[in-house]
Amino acid sequence: MTDATLQPSSPATAKVETPFQRFRTEFFESRIASGAFVVLVIIILLAILAPWITPQNPYDLAQVDVLDGRLPPGSEAFAGYTMWLGSDGAGRDLYSAILYGLRISISVGLASGVIALLIGMAVGLIAAYVGGRTEAVIMRVVDLQLSFPASLVALMLVAALGKGVDKIILALVVAQWAYYARTVRATALVERGKEYVEAAQCLGLSKMRVVFRHILPNCLAPLIVVGTVQTASAVSLEATLSFLGVGLPQTEPSLGVLIANGFEYMLSGRYWISVFPGIALLLTVASINLVGDHLRDVLNPRLKK
Amino acid sequence: MTAVLEVSGLKTHFFTHAGVVKAVDGVDFTVSKGEVMGLVGESGSGKSITGFSILGLIDQPGRIVEGAIRFNGEDIANAPEAKLKAIRGNKISMIFQDPMMTLNPVLRIDTQMMEAILAHEAVPKKEAWERSRDALGLVGIPSPEERLRAYPHQLSGGMRQRVSIAIAFLNKPDLIIADEPTTALDVTIQAQIIYEAQKLTRQTGTAMIWITHDLAVVAGLADRISVMYAGRIVEQGQTDDVIDRPLHPYTVGLLGSVPTANNRGERLFQIEGMTPNMLALPEGCAFAPRCGSASAACKVPPPVEHIADRELRCYHPQAQVAAQ
Amino acid sequence: MTVFVIRRLMQAFLVVFLMSVIVFFGVNIVGDPVYMLVSPDADQADIEAAIRRLGLDRPIWEQYFLFLKGAAQGNLGDSFVFGEPALKLILHHMPATLELAFSALFLAIVIGIPLGLFSGLYPDNPVSKGIMAGSILGFSLPTFWVGLMLILLFAVELGWLPSTGRGDTASVFGIQTSLATWDGIRHIFLPALNLSLLKISLAIRLTRAGVREAMSQDYVKYARAKGISTGRIIFVHVMKNIMIPVVTVMGLEFGSLIGFSVVTETIFAWPGMGKLLIDAILQLDRPVVVAYLMIMVLFFVLINLVVDILYSILDPRVRLQDQGA
Repeated sequence: MTDATLQPSSPATAKVETPFQRFRTEFFESRIASGAFVVLVIIILLAILAPWITPQNPYDLAQVDVLDGRLPPGSEAFAGYTMWLGSDGAGRDLYSAILYGLRISISVGLASGVIALLIGMAVGLIAAYVGGRTEAVIMRVVDLQLSFPASLVALMLVAALGKGVDKIILALVVAQWAYYARTVRATALVERGKEYVEAAQCLGLSKMRVVFRHILPNCLAPLIVVGTVQTASAVSLEATLSFLGVGLPQTEPSLGVLIANGFEYMLSGRYWISVFPGIALLLTVASINLVGDHLRDVLNPRLKK
Repeated sequence: MTAVLEVSGLKTHFFTHAGVVKAVDGVDFTVSKGEVMGLVGESGSGKSITGFSILGLIDQPGRIVEGAIRFNGEDIANAPEAKLKAIRGNKISMIFQDPMMTLNPVLRIDTQMMEAILAHEAVPKKEAWERSRDALGLVGIPSPEERLRAYPHQLSGGMRQRVSIAIAFLNKPDLIIADEPTTALDVTIQAQIIYEAQKLTRQTGTAMIWITHDLAVVAGLADRISVMYAGRIVEQGQTDDVIDRPLHPYTVGLLGSVPTANNRGERLFQIEGMTPNMLALPEGCAFAPRCGSASAACKVPPPVEHIADRELRCYHPQAQVAAQ
Repeated sequence: MTVFVIRRLMQAFLVVFLMSVIVFFGVNIVGDPVYMLVSPDADQADIEAAIRRLGLDRPIWEQYFLFLKGAAQGNLGDSFVFGEPALKLILHHMPATLELAFSALFLAIVIGIPLGLFSGLYPDNPVSKGIMAGSILGFSLPTFWVGLMLILLFAVELGWLPSTGRGDTASVFGIQTSLATWDGIRHIFLPALNLSLLKISLAIRLTRAGVREAMSQDYVKYARAKGISTGRIIFVHVMKNIMIPVVTVMGLEFGSLIGFSVVTETIFAWPGMGKLLIDAILQLDRPVVVAYLMIMVLFFVLINLVVDILYSILDPRVRLQDQGA
């Protein structure tokens, strides 16, 4: 073997990168994904900082003036500040209402995403590792649930459970855990068959240790991808249910509730009450999806040559 | 003998992100009427790309950058698509490597055969069907009417490759390019396919380029052999000459690595090193890094040398070695 | 084969039974419908009479047993609000929903497949990149918000199309449909487009992926080597290969279209089952909610059953695998 044949084929030997560094470089190579990531960070910051960067707390009745109701964008509020995005039917500044709404939408989406991920992961790992009849039963249930659209499952549940933050989160978790379980089980099955797991078993490592130290880390990449996409869909689903009036109550005004409130004014041309919260929702969901989409490309080794 | 195909100075390069791949880099050869030429080389040597270049089937990011492909006296390199379409499957047809992949799985055999006729001739469907049936009979397929109604997955691999051969001969082409047509088949079936192809070329006087990595296959089939390495033809000549008295060290190596009854028990020869990286070919002779006879002279690309009716690109002909 | 079908049928029955338990008990734990249905100034005697009339005074397991007994006879209870059998109400609203779902499926196929074909054939074309960006957006946009925007643009700003209701219907082969009148078509267009948006995106992605895969196959290169025209290669060799999976998947999505129609029907005031469900939830009309959910469970179980059986007929390996498991 000569230098001439070896050198050009392995440029990576020049500098050693950690997997994370390589992942970061590859991720930010895409302009769309970088843009979506920046937008997502800004949205999350806005949601976290809402109480400090809005002119009013839209749910403190002392700060809301009904006389400010349905003002078009750019109007001046009675309290003196400018309502850049207009106001809603109850006289709330829409900019403030949207940031507070984002807090609720994102918290609900994240909470249900994390809980569903943990449950799905546990179930998927158990199925893949225990195998046999347990696995067959678990996967039947998973398949059965996945044969119903998540939106319909969530709708059925809220129809049964009623309104409220806890109930919505429960409905979203039940609607989504199966996606995680399927992903984890599929990846874990592949990993379980690999030689290093056999080697670990031969070394006499405990089952728990094999699962948590060896199999789980390999399931992380697909879990992250499914997690982002499912979180986006949870945010969107919550908004849909709230819009239909079967999700969050008026006391927990997520973006979906805001949009629903504006719906009745839309036909009379007061578009802003629905449209601006809608744009906020759209940016949130689309940016999470775009980031997730690109994560899939970067993390999926099959797509790499 | 009249030349059906004359390829001269053909260069087909691929412009990839990683750099320019000179898959075919200055290839000359001639195929005469009724002649079978074996084009031999390792995978990646550019032999298949040479075949596709002749038909104008090079896809982005590749293209023919230089050279002429004279078919019946007319240069068809980079000819307009309409002209190439009229030639493909009609005057020059092709047989692919894997019969599992080349026949469309959702179309019946008759559809795939008749369309090859109807694409080039305005004949009634009935006539196209009859010609397809007769062609299947010619390649030794029993009860052709039944086979015509079958889908590809209902036929065995050997049967499918016979269908491909039948399709190749359907329009009585002047030239057939067979790209490793037997590589994916069992050895016994291989022999049958080679026999059918040989018989048909004799009967019809069709010229053929048989692309393969297996010298043993072309030894009994081809009239002449061209050996390709890293985008260039390094040696060509009459089959017997090349097999009996190989001149290029690479050909010597290829022949040495074929197990035969004569060298039973002996250690098989092995060409050292690995196939070259096409993105970073060494200067001069591409085979030099793997060659036992390489010298400082090999840093300069060896020109084509004519020895009797043979051609060679090497400073160190191996005649002595092989003559032993 | 028969064993396989019987096993699947039994599984389906089990699923329907379990779902009936979950749905019935779930729905009946919520709220107390009596206070919504009896006038606020009614006295205790009136309320108790109403409770007895609605059967709400019995223990819940007995209510469930009565429900199950009724369900076996095709009676899922009477609506608290309309006083009519819930099943009849739902069946009455079903044609409007089916019509909407079919129209949406049709739009998804006639819009999605050509766009997917184009972007698959010319992946580097700017138009293709636009199509792909659009399909990502189609997946991200919440259906209800797109519905609002469609109303805002086509009904409020441009005034081209109506935004609520079903419009005139006419009878074709004994079925009342909006598709038979111009007014009906004008009414169905926006809701159908809204409902189909996700499926258009799906059709684009499926077709594009299929085309790109098929175009790289040897049989396409072989067809080119035979001198076949580009048109024939695309529409015969490629399309025939990808249409089977694409149409199968799209057909499977029909169930989810009916599920999603809940949202679209609410926005466009389309008088289908979905709107009936939302109204029933808001009015705590439990028998209608339960009946709707049971019908949907039945519907999906049926679709899955048919698909399973079809697959097992098409692919004998599925059956063998099932026996091994």
